[in-house]
Amino acid sequence: MPQTNDALGTPDTREVDYAVRAFNISKTYGDVEALRNLSLDFPRGQLTSVLGPSGCGKTTLLKIIAGLLSPNSGEVEVNGKPVTGPGPDRAFVFQDFALLPWASVLRNVAFGLELRGVAKSERESIAEKYIRDVGLTGFENAYPHELSGGMRQRVGLARALAVDAQVLLMDEPFSAVDEQTRRKFQEDLLTLVQQENKTFIFVTHSIEEAVYVSDQVAILLPRPSRVSEIIRPASFRDKGMDSIRRDPEYLDIVDKIWESLRKYVE
Amino acid sequence: MRNRPLFLKLLSAVVVFGAWEIAGRVPVSNAFPTFLESMSALVTLTLDGTIFTAYAETLKPLVVGIAISAVLGIGIGLWAGLSSKFDWLFSPIFIVMQSAPLAALIPLLIIAYGIGLTSKVFVVCIMAMPVIVLNTTGAVRNTPSSMIEMGRAFLGTRLDIILRIIIPAASPIIFSGLRLGVSAGFIGAILAELKITPTGVGDIITYSRSIADYPSMYAAIFSIILLAVLFLNLLERIEKRLFKGNIRGYASD
Amino acid sequence: MKVFGYQLPAMSSLILWGILWEVVGRLEVTFVIPPLSEVLTTLFSIIGTPVFIKALSETAYAFSMGVTFSITIGIPVGILMGKNRFLDELLLPWVNIFLSAPLTALVPVLMVLFGFGMKSIIITTTLFAIWIIILNSRAGVMQINRSLVEMAQSFGASPIDAFIKIYFWAALPEILGGVRIGVIRAVKGVIIGQLLISIVGFGALFELYSSNFLMGHFWAVLIVLFALAFTLAEFLAYLERRVAYYAAKR
Repeated sequence: MPQTNDALGTPDTREVDYAVRAFNISKTYGDVEALRNLSLDFPRGQLTSVLGPSGCGKTTLLKIIAGLLSPNSGEVEVNGKPVTGPGPDRAFVFQDFALLPWASVLRNVAFGLELRGVAKSERESIAEKYIRDVGLTGFENAYPHELSGGMRQRVGLARALAVDAQVLLMDEPFSAVDEQTRRKFQEDLLTLVQQENKTFIFVTHSIEEAVYVSDQVAILLPRPSRVSEIIRPASFRDKGMDSIRRDPEYLDIVDKIWESLRKYVE
Repeated sequence: MRNRPLFLKLLSAVVVFGAWEIAGRVPVSNAFPTFLESMSALVTLTLDGTIFTAYAETLKPLVVGIAISAVLGIGIGLWAGLSSKFDWLFSPIFIVMQSAPLAALIPLLIIAYGIGLTSKVFVVCIMAMPVIVLNTTGAVRNTPSSMIEMGRAFLGTRLDIILRIIIPAASPIIFSGLRLGVSAGFIGAILAELKITPTGVGDIITYSRSIADYPSMYAAIFSIILLAVLFLNLLERIEKRLFKGNIRGYASD
Repeated sequence: MKVFGYQLPAMSSLILWGILWEVVGRLEVTFVIPPLSEVLTTLFSIIGTPVFIKALSETAYAFSMGVTFSITIGIPVGILMGKNRFLDELLLPWVNIFLSAPLTALVPVLMVLFGFGMKSIIITTTLFAIWIIILNSRAGVMQINRSLVEMAQSFGASPIDAFIKIYFWAALPEILGGVRIGVIRAVKGVIIGQLLISIVGFGALFELYSSNFLMGHFWAVLIVLFALAFTLAEFLAYLERRVAYYAAKR
């Protein structure tokens, strides 16, 4: 029997520690109301996906959490403190990679540290570690235009990891790479979440992806955005990553989500 | 064949110069010397040093004018790119200057500044600055917003973002604006020679025309076109080498 | 730029500059800059005069002939270069050379060969405009989507039909862009021609007024010229925009 919980806010009776909490966020662009009174909490040390069709405001929400946008009303708290702008406790991975084309991989990965004033030798050695971690050893002196899309996104990921923030915000990070690379990334992400002790907030429009990588999936419906349900896939989380995609619970959840989202696709 | 482009270039050069030679022999006009006559006049001018003194004179306003235009132009362009107030105030002037036939201002400059070096430098400046300013402004304003956002997300200060992201990202277009400015500056320098007062190469041209020494006249004109073309080609190569990665587009493409 | 929450239109700072001009003129900072109001009144007074009309028609004649030649020669040459690789490799270096070369240097040659009259001015104008028209026409043809060509072939279109119904329109935005830039260059060409070659048209007026220190008249004619050039450029940009709606989706 699938053990999905359809609850908003408190999925079970344990005390859950929330790294990030969003309260009643509203955001309007001109005439378009992107978000209305949206509240969502993100448990510490876990990966929460924000899933929804295009135009439902998920990237807007993510940027508000990152401090890159301010909401018209509502508040975001990270570790109990309200968000007023970007901060060292959050790191962002961009959908279009946002790399500096004139800088080497090494400099790009170290860029976040460079902006914080970390000394060159120190930031380069930190960068080298993370370049190894994302599997790009040997490419330290390569330039972005010499890399494939998948490799460029690894650079973006390494850059976000290098600043050692507690919260990692990922904006559809795998949507600009090909299908095979994407699958590999999803598997790598599972390993990463287990190894690092960070909170991941992951925006995607792919149902399979969300259910595959997440500890918790928040489904957003469009215009104006609201959280329709939160699903915590339970039983297959501990299985090996290769068998998840054929696990019956996984497939059931994916189908169920598609059923509820189907009518919102234009 | 592998060297086909080079072969064809040589072929077309031969064709054109050959046609010149033939036209001169026909002769198309009494005032049309053959290619070879003009080339030998060029050699003579080079050997007796006239060409070099002439260019020293002609290039003075060009170099000074370009230097001023580059510094001022990039400065104004950066400011206009970063501040919308400044942009609103000053860009329209350069937009009007861009499409206007600025040569018309030359008589005015002569009245205001006489016929010396100053007015020549001014001519070069008014020809070169608009394109430099507008390119720089455009480049700064068109920095991809996700790169700026990335800078903010990683806690860069405004100065950080300007120096480490906006300016490097804008450099290729700024440089190409400089190249176009140099090209316009050449036109300005020659206009200044021919219209204000001929001191350098312009002197050779007008003097040889007045004594009907057409080979020398054509030689001088050929030399200045050659110089301009070679120099601009050099700039283009430098541009390609400096901005290898950028020319292929931003890393997010 | 926003003032009190209202977005100011793009070129509105020119109004501010106009006011500054008026002030500087009234303060008589230099005789070279008379007040804007004086310039404008002079402008309206001379517009109808025979002297002005003659100058305008001479300039307009040279300009339109020059542009016509550059379009009727330039577009076909560009298209041919875009379609024929041999021709392209032969001619492209020269087109590029003349595009960036200081064409002003060729004016003495034209004077010597074709005399001091309208002919040389027209040829100068043509030379200034033609190279960019060639290049853009070539680019317009070269970027035609291969699929469009194959589609035309698969439906059995005759070469004429294919050109008129498909290729021409596919290349048009780019060609129009080239014509717009070419026209701006032609304006510069006609003025440079008039300044250097023979004193007719607007060039004559500039010489006349500046040597007699009639600064009000000088600026008036200058403004008319700039305004004409600007209007022409904007009109062409408008045409280009009309066609551009499909340009991005090519």
